[in-house]
Amino acid sequence: MGEVIVITSGKGGVGKTTTTANIGAGLALLGKKVVLIDTDIGLRNLDVVMGLENRIVYDIVDVMEGACRLKQALIKDKRYEGLYLLPAAQTRDKNSITPPQMVKLCDELRREFDYILVDCPAGIEQGFKNAIAGADRAFVVTTPEVSAVRDADRIIGLLEANEIRSPKLLINRVRQDMVKRGDMMSIEDIIDILAIDLIGVVPDDENIIISTNRGEPAVTDNKSQAGQAYRNITKRVMGETVPLLDLNGSEGLLSKMKKLFGIKPA
Amino acid sequence: MLDLFKLLRFKKETPRDVAKERLKLVLIHDRSNVSPQFLEMVKSEIIKVIQNYMEIDEDTLDIQLTKTSSDDGERVVPALVANIPIKGMKNAGR
Repeated sequence: MGEVIVITSGKGGVGKTTTTANIGAGLALLGKKVVLIDTDIGLRNLDVVMGLENRIVYDIVDVMEGACRLKQALIKDKRYEGLYLLPAAQTRDKNSITPPQMVKLCDELRREFDYILVDCPAGIEQGFKNAIAGADRAFVVTTPEVSAVRDADRIIGLLEANEIRSPKLLINRVRQDMVKRGDMMSIEDIIDILAIDLIGVVPDDENIIISTNRGEPAVTDNKSQAGQAYRNITKRVMGETVPLLDLNGSEGLLSKMKKLFGIKPA
Repeated sequence: MLDLFKLLRFKKETPRDVAKERLKLVLIHDRSNVSPQFLEMVKSEIIKVIQNYMEIDEDTLDIQLTKTSSDDGERVVPALVANIPIKGMKNAGR
């Protein structure tokens, strides 16, 4: 039986879709059978992040309304064995599907797939309610900003109220250089405030923009630090214990020299 | 050495500290879900208790959830502030 994981955040633009694409591709690379569901009806984007936008024929609303069979709407990603996408409808709205329909859909997919990743829309309204309806677990994505962490806190409360116990936190776009200067909240600061467990930390990385432009998840890019972070997260999703990525790797020559001579960076 | 650094920085709070403090405060509000009804309930309970001992002016009584600086003066902490005008003591209180 497969596991349904919802990727959510409350605030928009923190990286839910990128996270869904990368964990999905990462799991497929490790030999798992994975389906990604885009529940952002009306504002679909997972298809373009995955580079599958030209292959959409049917969408999630077509499946719910019985206009096609579920199998017909699933897009097979030819680059990664075992990876599928169920796209959102673009010309409909969030009220086109209901939470009980999502539960039924997830149960059906559970029989075929190891992991079902649900990309949740921003907000706490109907789209959020649909996305979490069939979920066993939840990952809450945030960035080190007051607004994003605040929204994450609200989402954690709502998940628990909906009996999705112990959601895990993913902190995205961390800039360790700024944390060191005292210009950005650290991982510890955020965990301290939200009091939940981490699934991973992803550094701010230009390669994410490059890979999104190409429609190829960064998790496959061996040179990308964010890609490495996503590979680690993927392993943790599967239950492995992987230490957090060392974010200090990108420091300059001067601070490396200082470290060498035992001078603490100010 | 470390103290010297602190002095040189004029004890200025970093943006990181500011963000943390602001976030903590805003979450206290969010989490406590302080609706006007909630404050009304607190208010009426407080009135009931105090009226056992003193006469108070219910109309000008004011209760707010606000912020104040902590005892050491270094942090901002949430506080429940009540302004309760007393008209007189009741005999039972003596």
